[in-house]
Amino acid sequence: MQYEAPTTINAAVKLLAGKARTPRVLGGGTDLLVQMRTGRIEPDLLVDVKRIPGMRDITAKAGGFRIGAAVSGSELGENKALKKAWPGVVEAANLIGSTQIQGRATLAGNLCNASPAADAVPALVCAGAVAVIAGPKGKRSVPVEKVPTAPGKTCLKKGELVEAILLPKRAPRSGDAYLRLIPRSEMDIAVVGVGVNLTLDAKGVCTAARVSLGAVAAQVLLVADAAKALIGSKVDDAALDKLAAACSAACRPIDDKRGTKEYRIEVAGVLARRAAQIALKRAKGSK
Amino acid sequence: MPLDPQADVKSRKFKVVGTRPLRPDGIDKVTGRAKFGADATAPGMLIGRVLRSPHAHARIRKIDSSKAEKLSGVKAVITATDFVDGADLDKGTRDVLVNVMARGKALYEGHAVAAVAAINATVAKKALSLIKVDYEVLPHVTDVDESMKPGAPVLHDDLYTGGVEPKLKKASNVAFRHEFGHGDIEKGFKEADVIVERSYKTEATHQGYIEPHACLASVGPDGQGELWVCTQGHFMVRNTCAALLGMDVSKLRVTASEIGGGFGGKTTVFIEPVALALSRKANRPVKVVMNREEVFKATGPTSSTSIDVKIGAKRDGRITAAWSELRYQGGAFPGSPVEFGAMTAFACYDLENVKTIGYDVVCNRPKQAAYRAPGAPMAAFAVESTVEELAHKIGMNSMDLRLKNAAKEGTKSSYGPVYPPIGIRATLEAAKNHPHYKAPLGPNTGRGVACGFWFNFGGQTCTSLNINIDGTVALAVGTPDIGGSRASMCLMAAEELGIPYDKVRTIVADTSSLGYNDVTDGSRTTFASGLATINAARDAVKKLCERAAKTWGIPADAVVWEDGQAKPAGANAGNFPPLSLAELAANAANTGGPIAGHYEINADGAGVSFATHMVDAEVDKETGKVEIKRYTVCQDAGKAIHPSYVEGQYQGGAAQGIGWALNEEYIYGKDGRLQNAGFLDYRIPVCSDLPMIDTVILEIPNPGHPYGVRGVGETSIVPPMAAIANAVSAGAGVRMTQLPMSPPKVLKAINGKKAGKQH
Amino acid sequence: MSQVRVSTKINGDAIEFLCEADEPLLDVLRDRLGLTGAKEGCGTGDCGACSVTVDGRLVCSCLVLGAEAEGREIRTIEGMANGEQLHPLQKQFIAHAALQCGICTPGFLVAAKSLLERNSNPSEHEIRFWLAGNLCRCTGYDKIVRAVQAAAAEMRKG
Repeated sequence: MQYEAPTTINAAVKLLAGKARTPRVLGGGTDLLVQMRTGRIEPDLLVDVKRIPGMRDITAKAGGFRIGAAVSGSELGENKALKKAWPGVVEAANLIGSTQIQGRATLAGNLCNASPAADAVPALVCAGAVAVIAGPKGKRSVPVEKVPTAPGKTCLKKGELVEAILLPKRAPRSGDAYLRLIPRSEMDIAVVGVGVNLTLDAKGVCTAARVSLGAVAAQVLLVADAAKALIGSKVDDAALDKLAAACSAACRPIDDKRGTKEYRIEVAGVLARRAAQIALKRAKGSK
Repeated sequence: MPLDPQADVKSRKFKVVGTRPLRPDGIDKVTGRAKFGADATAPGMLIGRVLRSPHAHARIRKIDSSKAEKLSGVKAVITATDFVDGADLDKGTRDVLVNVMARGKALYEGHAVAAVAAINATVAKKALSLIKVDYEVLPHVTDVDESMKPGAPVLHDDLYTGGVEPKLKKASNVAFRHEFGHGDIEKGFKEADVIVERSYKTEATHQGYIEPHACLASVGPDGQGELWVCTQGHFMVRNTCAALLGMDVSKLRVTASEIGGGFGGKTTVFIEPVALALSRKANRPVKVVMNREEVFKATGPTSSTSIDVKIGAKRDGRITAAWSELRYQGGAFPGSPVEFGAMTAFACYDLENVKTIGYDVVCNRPKQAAYRAPGAPMAAFAVESTVEELAHKIGMNSMDLRLKNAAKEGTKSSYGPVYPPIGIRATLEAAKNHPHYKAPLGPNTGRGVACGFWFNFGGQTCTSLNINIDGTVALAVGTPDIGGSRASMCLMAAEELGIPYDKVRTIVADTSSLGYNDVTDGSRTTFASGLATINAARDAVKKLCERAAKTWGIPADAVVWEDGQAKPAGANAGNFPPLSLAELAANAANTGGPIAGHYEINADGAGVSFATHMVDAEVDKETGKVEIKRYTVCQDAGKAIHPSYVEGQYQGGAAQGIGWALNEEYIYGKDGRLQNAGFLDYRIPVCSDLPMIDTVILEIPNPGHPYGVRGVGETSIVPPMAAIANAVSAGAGVRMTQLPMSPPKVLKAINGKKAGKQH
Repeated sequence: MSQVRVSTKINGDAIEFLCEADEPLLDVLRDRLGLTGAKEGCGTGDCGACSVTVDGRLVCSCLVLGAEAEGREIRTIEGMANGEQLHPLQKQFIAHAALQCGICTPGFLVAAKSLLERNSNPSEHEIRFWLAGNLCRCTGYDKIVRAVQAAAAEMRKG
């Protein structure tokens, strides 16, 4: 196996598009190194992207944010402006693993690992985040919900890598939140994850919403019916009931060592209600 | 060795025993200097790795290791044929032999079938992949009740159920039937006004020590060997490995490293004979370290169980009959702790009519090993849950019902012996009087109480105490220190000798430097090594007095030892200024040579230990998630030598019990393979899962130890599952009868209750 | 598999080593550099016994490649004491009996030190959640949390 640490994006693309049969991008390594260790994959080339300028930066962009693909969860949590604008995205990212994992784990990695239970992804989907992908044919932007295509698989072609995640400009009176159900208080993979992002008008009526579910299907779901339940309402109990029902209905879960089908379906509704209430509070409190 | 006269011990003002000095191995452990099992290296060392069966049950038709042997860098490949054939071994040791390396059949996923030693880990890994094993996959069974059914795949065609007359004609998976009790159980149930009958299930759990098994073996061409290993019993390791390899015991020297947790799981051998066999074949040192997946799949988790309980009582709360049938699977070999489960199930109570039956069952899982009070926590879960329900049915406070029926001095225990002075009543009253008991409950929060019991053990023990030339003391014990016991040994030696604590240095001696010592288990170290230390110190004191007598020219019995000095016994003995230990040591060459004390015993008189635990658990009724809000342990220690480490045992046992109750379980697929062989999905409690754990140390002296010491390490894991089940059942509003009470299970039970389904 | 040459700084000392491309930093520390204070409890980032800091950031060294140490500053348990002078956390862990078998202790100390560098007065809740990635099977965490609180208090006094 070869290890390379290029210092430009083009060099990284060239390596990934080159002769190696199973090249892999090394960002935080918190999924990759575990999979190598357990023998699940045996890359013949690792391309460490952390020395490429910009990959570890969070910058303001077009009223929103550009988050370099190698920014760690800890760094996300330490960025006050980002936390203020997108508390749901940051808290979702910060739920991944432990403090030690947070010292390394990245949004891009969580997205590209394409686990159905990824914590950062539902919140990113709700936020309308976009992945900037660099490749042999140049750059392209893809909404994050289109990046994972199946468990462990992404839409990235040979030679491509995620360079940054973009978060759009925040509308006033907006709030987002992410909740997950895990059996302990930390460290577990989500049994169910729910992200809610909503915007209110001056009268407190919801004018826009995105609701996303994790760990209840092969990919993260963007649930249009759940959003419809909120839009036009004041996010009152009736709307929350409809929201919960829509989320439960959208689930296509499996029974596995972390939870049963029925459990996931029921709890998706419970968490959706709670996440929406938090997002609402944040929206009311924001300017 | 009996308690120093009761009046003495209760009124004795200990000088150092009972204080909280710094432990002697502390600095090494906080600086990373302490050497654990995997921290040793040797020149020319090879790396050993084990090939393991991917099948839960399979005949091994052929093992072809020729390609592996030819791989450059591979220095040895072994299979079962590199050990003794086992015909001469007793059944238990033969089972260990077959568990260490499969012969004929792989009996569980992870069962070792071959091993290699190579110049580095990469070559070793490659070598394993080159070994071709021809398996004939057989049907498997992993559930204890399924394994007992006729028609279940039978693991051993020579296993006939013991404990039944007449002997059965067919081999089965039921290794033994145990029975305990006394009185007339049918009469007792007829007399009852109220009866509760329930069935319970618990899943297999692992001791979960953070340090994987590791050892470094070095065997020379003359058949002499050295082994560095993290273990709870290096003398046991020596004996077992010598037997498995066909070596003289005296030719194998085993040194116990610092150990990163054991809890019973390191009281046997897994990779040690493998490392020795590889080293012998390669004629080079071989280091074998298990990875976490191997620890889960191929060491000794405890049993999953299926338990039925029936208890009857009069309306005033007096229990008239108590009955239980316990079924435990111990993995692929006989020896589950169901016998201890059957013995301890009702041990907390004073009963006229009691009967317990225990079935030891085999199935296609790894061979179980001891886990902290083996067999007792599951039985306590079932019994104490039933006692709680009984109290509710009668309309009586469950604490009062327990107090009404609590065992006391003179009670004939459910497992046979009559109790001497014991502490269960004291722990119940301490719990009842604790502020926790009266604290208001939060919303959706239930409070649970439960009692627990453990016998504690004595065993073969010896210590050697040497007086150094400067009057400091070197104490050698033979029980590995798994929880901080060296500090307690220093305290007891210092107390007897009347010298400061930091003048005593305790080491765990290797097998060539001390006589035989049983394993550190059964909560026996502070009791038995402590007792031996006290007596070795008294032996040294006797000799010190003789040296003083010689110096003064008076009879030895005219000398007394006080505050670290030899003194004439009275005015008649002579007017000599006292001689300190340091002075006597400095002059030893002139009075007869080196001064030492020693003591050897097969200690009995270990005091049983009782505990009452109390817990508040908040239940999120919409998700089934449980949070432990408050936890209090009240346990009898007899005499707490070092209170901080006694508290530590109480808290640690409670924490393991919390994990066992809420989230820990072995999850098997239909293919008989373990699905959660890692700390991600085998969920032990993390720091943020737990509150502070309050502890109350009761001290009802054990009549069998000079200071009254009772073992404390194990009793603390016996009550938690029951206490938490009682709390969760109260908080959720529905009786929980299956462990672990993970969120999906709790939510299902709550929904079932809502829908009017009975449990 | 070709080996990588790495120049790094460990506990303040300039160190050079060769390692395999896929070799974790944990194995480099333990097997090549003799720094056995960091322990392997799981190899998959779930137990924290291998905790070190890289450029001041708390990480699991089993999930960092040795090759990634190039040009970085690594701090391990071996660098925590200042000569004979123990760090307040080390002292308080012993004083509070916050260790029984001691295998998790190096990881806890490195992790707690990282916490106190960022937050000199953490609440019990903050301490417990910061340390959630460090597993202990012996103590039930009670005395560990108390030791961290005591060390924080000692360090605040200066």
